[in-house]
Parts: sequence; structure tokens; C-alpha cells
Amino acid sequence: MTPRPRLLRLLPVLPFLWLGAFFLLPVLITLKISLSEPATAQPPYLPVLDWSTGPQGWAHFLEALDFANYETLANDSLYRDAALSSLSLAAVATLILALVGTPIAHAMARAPAKVQPVLVALVIVPFWTSFLIRIYAWIAILKPEGLLSAGLMRLGLVDRPLEILGTQAAVLVGLTYAYLPFLVLPLYAVMAKADPRLREAAADLGASPTRVFWTVTLPLARHGLVAGALLCFIPMVGEFIVPDLLGGSDTLMLGRVLWSEFFSNRDWPLASAVAILLLVIVVGPIVVFREAETRRGEAAR
Amino acid sequence: MSAISKGALILGFAFLYAPIAVLVVYSFNASALVTVWGGFSTRWYGVLLSDGPLMAAALVSLRVALASALIATVMGTLAALALTRSGRFPGRALFTGLVHAPMVMPEVIAGLALLLLFVGLGLDRGIATIVIAHATLATGFVAVVVGARLKGLDPSLEEAARDLGAGPVRVFLTVTLPLAAPALTAGFLLAFTLSLDDLVVASFVSGPGATTLPMRLYSQIRLGVNPEINAASTLLIGVVTVVALTASRLMGRDARPGQGA
Amino acid sequence: MTVPTPTLLRIAGLTKRFGAFTAVDDVSLDLAPGEFVCLLGPSGCGKSTLLRLVAGFEAPTSGTIHLGADDLAALPAHRRPVNMMFQSYVLFPHLSVGRNVGYGLKGLGFGRGAIAERIATLLRLVRLEGFEARLPETLSGGQRQRVALARALAREPRVLLLDEPLGALDRALREETQGELRALQRRLGTSFVVVTHDAGEAMTMADRIGVMRGGRLVQIGTPADLYERPADRFVAALLGDVNLVDGRIAGRGEGAHRVEAGFGPFDVATSDRAWAEGEAVVVALRPERIDLAQADPATRLSGTVADRTYLGDRIRYGVRLSDGTLIRVMRPAASAFVPGDTVAVDIDPRAAAILPP
Repeated sequence: MTPRPRLLRLLPVLPFLWLGAFFLLPVLITLKISLSEPATAQPPYLPVLDWSTGPQGWAHFLEALDFANYETLANDSLYRDAALSSLSLAAVATLILALVGTPIAHAMARAPAKVQPVLVALVIVPFWTSFLIRIYAWIAILKPEGLLSAGLMRLGLVDRPLEILGTQAAVLVGLTYAYLPFLVLPLYAVMAKADPRLREAAADLGASPTRVFWTVTLPLARHGLVAGALLCFIPMVGEFIVPDLLGGSDTLMLGRVLWSEFFSNRDWPLASAVAILLLVIVVGPIVVFREAETRRGEAAR
Repeated sequence: MSAISKGALILGFAFLYAPIAVLVVYSFNASALVTVWGGFSTRWYGVLLSDGPLMAAALVSLRVALASALIATVMGTLAALALTRSGRFPGRALFTGLVHAPMVMPEVIAGLALLLLFVGLGLDRGIATIVIAHATLATGFVAVVVGARLKGLDPSLEEAARDLGAGPVRVFLTVTLPLAAPALTAGFLLAFTLSLDDLVVASFVSGPGATTLPMRLYSQIRLGVNPEINAASTLLIGVVTVVALTASRLMGRDARPGQGA
Repeated sequence: MTVPTPTLLRIAGLTKRFGAFTAVDDVSLDLAPGEFVCLLGPSGCGKSTLLRLVAGFEAPTSGTIHLGADDLAALPAHRRPVNMMFQSYVLFPHLSVGRNVGYGLKGLGFGRGAIAERIATLLRLVRLEGFEARLPETLSGGQRQRVALARALAREPRVLLLDEPLGALDRALREETQGELRALQRRLGTSFVVVTHDAGEAMTMADRIGVMRGGRLVQIGTPADLYERPADRFVAALLGDVNLVDGRIAGRGEGAHRVEAGFGPFDVATSDRAWAEGEAVVVALRPERIDLAQADPATRLSGTVADRTYLGDRIRYGVRLSDGTLIRVMRPAASAFVPGDTVAVDIDPRAAAILPP
């Protein structure tokens, strides 16, 4: 082992402190607030910890915390439905993404080498243009008076305007659209690194292109597919913008629930409880994602 | 390339670019209605540029993006260096988790949590709090981008520099940093764009007088389709496209120097 | 009275372990000023690790490294007065040739003009005059190698470490560069430690060769020492072609041992070690030092020519001896035996070496 200069040990300190203060600590505070109750005060929750009250004050503070908000979440079917709906919409959207994104990533990886960076840039550019605005554009396309209906009616395929906007279908379209680069790029990266001679060997042994794809290409790329799928699924569960702009009153997602509890009902403690619930739901997939990433890194070596 | 592959690519990119095409085309539509083409006109750009609150929000967004991207680049680069160079250090697993978690965490959680922190600390919410929030969320992305580049660097380059008498600081400044610079720039641009684009977190942690462009656009969208927004988006798309192409060129270019030794 | 050779670099009992794996095992070696030493061995034998220990990129598990009176192990890599030329050259891709070569000259107190002059001198030395502004990616392999050499010499180190410096060059260039490297070293008077896996290269360039295997320094000596008196069959086989025959010590005379092999007895001159009668040994016989003559009933060793290969300047024979052992014999081009001929085999006692089995 080369002797490690002391300087190297200091490197993580600053980011560690920053992230500890502005990421870890806030999550802990959210947990605390979720155990509080709303109040018409500034800040709008009780109890408020006053450090100056000493140990007795702190004990009193701890006593005032309770799980009332979690009981609300458990008892009110709204939250249960929202959680299930979030999970199922995210799962379906991820599935659609896998089906739609895999052929695209595969096609990109098979493109001539000079063209590939251009294709990658073309995939990245929409990602870097305003997410909000691109979803807003889908409103113009999907609404009954929008382009999709008008186009289909002009072509004679339908005779009435389509009611897509405000339904789960619209949310699925929006989610698929929004997260497509997040699936395509990691998958493409893995596919592009694969040794083309493996495909050639399979073909030489008599496998048709379809069989080569299913038995060689796809299994080799499964790390990229899993990584991409998780990279999409996890944030999708808590997605707010897509269901808010494209969905209707029947598309319940936890992101929207949290938002309305916070901004409309001004019930900070309940919103915090929803946040913790959301966190618990995604922690599992996050751990799986980290494991998959580590394994992918080792497989690459 | 097979016909299926070509078809997949064309359909895929058509899907990706459809809304963008819609926005750009209709930003020049004299009529306010989507299904009616009223002729080519740039009047919405005029309306846009004279929209005071929107312009003010754009300025706020630019300032916030610049500041938070700078902080995120510094933090992210330090984190990437620590993860690739510092070997095992106490708390490494926790550190890795802290760096990577914000990238996948749903934004509503991050936004709410940060707001609760600021309220708890008694901080006034405004531009500073948005900057802190954006920097925190972007650090992970910068760390991944810079980390990938650092991992690809031939470690013998730093050894050669040490062999020639350079102390650790000089090695970092004259060899590591220049060779990692394209990744740092790409990371900065990524953080910049993420900040410009963010709605959810900014909504939670901002305060009076600190309305960002997405926040302003969102409130206008809630009120109904507004053709002026098409013009705003086209301009935004134009700016970000130039930035993104520059970053892509930089990332592509830095693939070569590290292998040419 | 012999004047003791001064020692410039003293490595004593150096050991390096990576977990359960011992890369360098108790190696001791003294390097004189102006000496050209090659470390020779197969890949994985520890020669590159040894180099890295001297350069300072690895810390020894035990043992010491002294340069003159200084304990090198106490100094970090960037403060040691030794420099290294890397196997893959490792030129800084973002710096020009001039800046690469001059990299080590910063912080030594030279003025800008002095540095520029030194860079020009070094480039002249390696025959790359005028290349200051070029970028590494525009250079050929041979040119990059010379830039790497110039860069490593810039700080005038007392010991220069070279890790397979000629490995990436093609054959013709390699032979030409071997001579240049040797001439350069003699001119500069710097001690060179060159790691190589090519025995021929080591024989051409080195004052002394250190053979390494499994982390240990098996033998160190001049090329002649190693060729004529190898320490074991591994060293014998490493340097040039050799026949290794099994036998038993049959007796000991003045300055020679008699060895009884399966195909008959022969004498081997020995100077260093005394072998006991009856001891099982291996004898290394160099093909070019075995004489073949017309079959003669008076000779003790005879054999049959099994094959004949024409190599242009020499003939290589495979000769089967009376017990079936096949040995290789090199004779001058004029030799005219053909397969099937019975020949008398004469082994020069001074050209054989007795090795442990």
C-alpha cells in the first residue's frame, strides 16, 4: 500500500459535513415532525424543541411526540390507495420503459461507431431542456382539443375526441416520456461495451438474430437493464409534476398527496408522515440499486 | 443495421422530440389555439420579453443555477476524489450513500425535508436556501461524472509526476485536475441545468421575492395554456441545447487524452 | 590489494508482501556507481515490484534501501534522488514534449532560461531536437520512448530505474536502441537498473544480471558468470540454449568431478563447490561447447545423429546418446554429419556446470 498522505484523509470531510447537514439531518427532522401535530402558529407544528429548556424540557418534548399522523395514514384509505397507486403506476411505467427503451438502446449500440456519440447527445438534449415545459407540451398534445385527437380524427381513425388527459393513461405516457433517457442511457452504456464477437460466435453456431438477442445480448446487458429500471422506478414513485399536470382526480400518487397536504392543507406534520412513508417504500429499491451498481462495477472489471 | 433497429431509433427519437417540436412550432403560431394555425408570428416572443415577472424569475433562476452549480462542482469533485483516492476511511459506506442517495430520492421528500431544516434553524427562505438545496441535490451527479473520469485515469500518470519530484498538491494541480477538467465542466453544466429545471424543491424552500422560472411557469400553466410559454420554452430549449452540445463535445473529447500515453 | 567497489545503492533483506502473497522475498543487492544492472525473470517474478520499492511507490514490508548514506525508505517518492522510466512511458498527454521533459525541473531553483536550455540539451541527447512543442499523441512509439527517457534523466538522478524500456518496440528498433541505451549510460555515468524479461537483451546491455524468480534473487553476476556457472537449472535454461542431463557424482579429482550419466561418464571442471560421491546432480551442457567427431571405438561417449537443422551460420544437431538421451549440439556451418551417422561426443570439462537436481 502506498503511504497515504494525511491530505487524502481530509478530502471527504467537507462534502461529508455538507451532506450530513443538508441531507441526513433534514431527513431526521422530517421524522421528528411526522411525530408532531399541526398548530396555527409559526412554525405550524407542535411541539417545538427549545434547546434552552434543559433536560426536563427535552423529556417533556419527547412525551408530546406521538404516532397520530401515522394512524391517520393507516386508517384513511386515501393514503393506502395513493401508496398502492404510486407503486403500481411506477411499476407499469417501468415495464413499458423496459419494453420501449431496450430496442432503442440496442439500436444505438449497433449503430456505426462514429454515429453513436451523436445519438447519445440526441438522447441527452431533451433531458436537459425543461422537464416542466416538456410535460406541459404533452397537455397540448393529449387534451381533447389537442393535436393527438385532432390528428386521429383527421385521419378518420376515431370519430370523437379522445379523453386521455386526466387519466392514468396520460400519466403513463408522461412518465414513460420523462424517464426514457434514464433507462436508455445506462442500458446503452452496458450494451456498447459488450464484445461483438460473442454475437458473431452465436451467429456462427446457427442462431438467428432474434435468438442471438434473447440468449446472448439481453442476458449480458441485464445489469444495465436492472440499473436503468431502478433509476426510473425509484423517483417515479414520488413523482409530482407528471400526475399533477397530466393526471386527474382519480390518479392518486404520493407525491401529489404530500404536496396538497403541505401547500393546500398546511398540515406539515401529516405531509412529513407521508414523506417518511414514501422514504420507507423506496429505501428497499434504493438498497437493491446500490447492490446492483456495485456488482455492475465489479463485473465491468 | 437491421430495419427493426432503424425503425426503433426513428420511433424512439420521434417520441422524444415530439413535444419539443410542438413547442417550437407553436411558439411561432399567431393563433393562441393549438389546433388552429394562425400564421407565422413572433408576437409571443414580444409578449414574453415584456413580461416583467417572468423575466425577473428567469434572472433569479440564472443566479441560483450559477451559485448552486459552483458549490455542487466543488463538493462533487471533492467527493469523487475521496471515493477514488482515499481508500478506506471511517464512514466510507455512509459517505457513499449520502453522496448517491439524493440522485434517486423523490424530490418531494428532499424538498420537504430541507424546508423543515430551514424552518427549524430559523433561516429566512429565499435565494440562499434554494441555492443550498440545489447544491445538495446536484453534488451526487457531479461526483458520479467526475468519479467516472478519475477512475479512467491511468494511475501511473500521478506516479510519474511524483517520481519527477512533484508533491501531492502539485500532482493534483498539474496532472489530475487538467486531465479531469472536461468532466468537471460537464458536471458543472449538469448541475446548472438541474438547477434551472427544478420545480418541486424550489417550491418548498423558496421565499418571498425568490420565484424561480419553473415556479412562475408552473403557476401560469395551472391557470391555463398560455402561448407565451411556448416562446419561453423555445428560448430555453435553444439555450440549453447549445450548453448540452458543448458539454457532450467535452465529454467526448476527454475520452482520448487519458489513453494516449 | 583489491580496491573495494564503492556501493551506491544498497538493498538489504527487502521483502514486500501483499496480504498472503510475497512479491519480493528477502532480496539483497548492491549497485556500484556507473553500473548497468539488469533484473531478469519471467512475469510475476517480482522484478517490477522491486523497482517500485526503490522508486517509492510501494512501502517495503521489511528490509532497507540505502542510497549512499541516505535511507530511502524514509523519503516519499517525490523526494528520492532516483527516477523511473515507465514501461508504458506514461507521458502527460496534456503537456507538450518540452513540458513533459521539463516537468521535473520545476522547484529546483532553475530560472526559466536555464530550464529551457536543459530541455534542449536533453532532447538533443535522445535525438529529438526541436520536438519541444509536439504533443505525445502525435509521436511514434520509439519517439515517445525517447521522450520518457529524456524526462527521467532531467533531474540527473544517481540511479535511473527502467521498467521494460524496450518492450514495446519492434525487433529491429529494439536492437538498435539497446546499443544506444548502453552508450548513453556509459556517457552519463548514471547507474541504470533495467527490468527485462528478455535474456538476450540483458546479456547485451548489462554489466551484471540479477535473475529473479518467485520474488527471490536467484543469482547475480556478470553475463559470463551466469552463462557458464548458473546457480540452478532455471538460470541455466533462461540464458541461451542448454542441455540438462541427470547424473551422479562418480568421483572427484583435481579441479574436476567425474559425473556418471546414463550414457556414460564425463568430467566437469569445478571451482566453487565440492560435491559428495554418489550425489544426484544435473549437469548443464551448452550445445555449442560439445564437440562431434567421427565415431571412434576408443571414445567413451558416442551417439547417433537424429536430426539436422540448417540455421545459415550454424548447424543444430539432435544427437541421441547410448541411453536414449537426446542432446542438442551446435556446430559451425561446415559440419557435415547427417541423420543416421554415428558420432563421438566430446564434452569440454570447462564448458559444463554441475547444478543441484
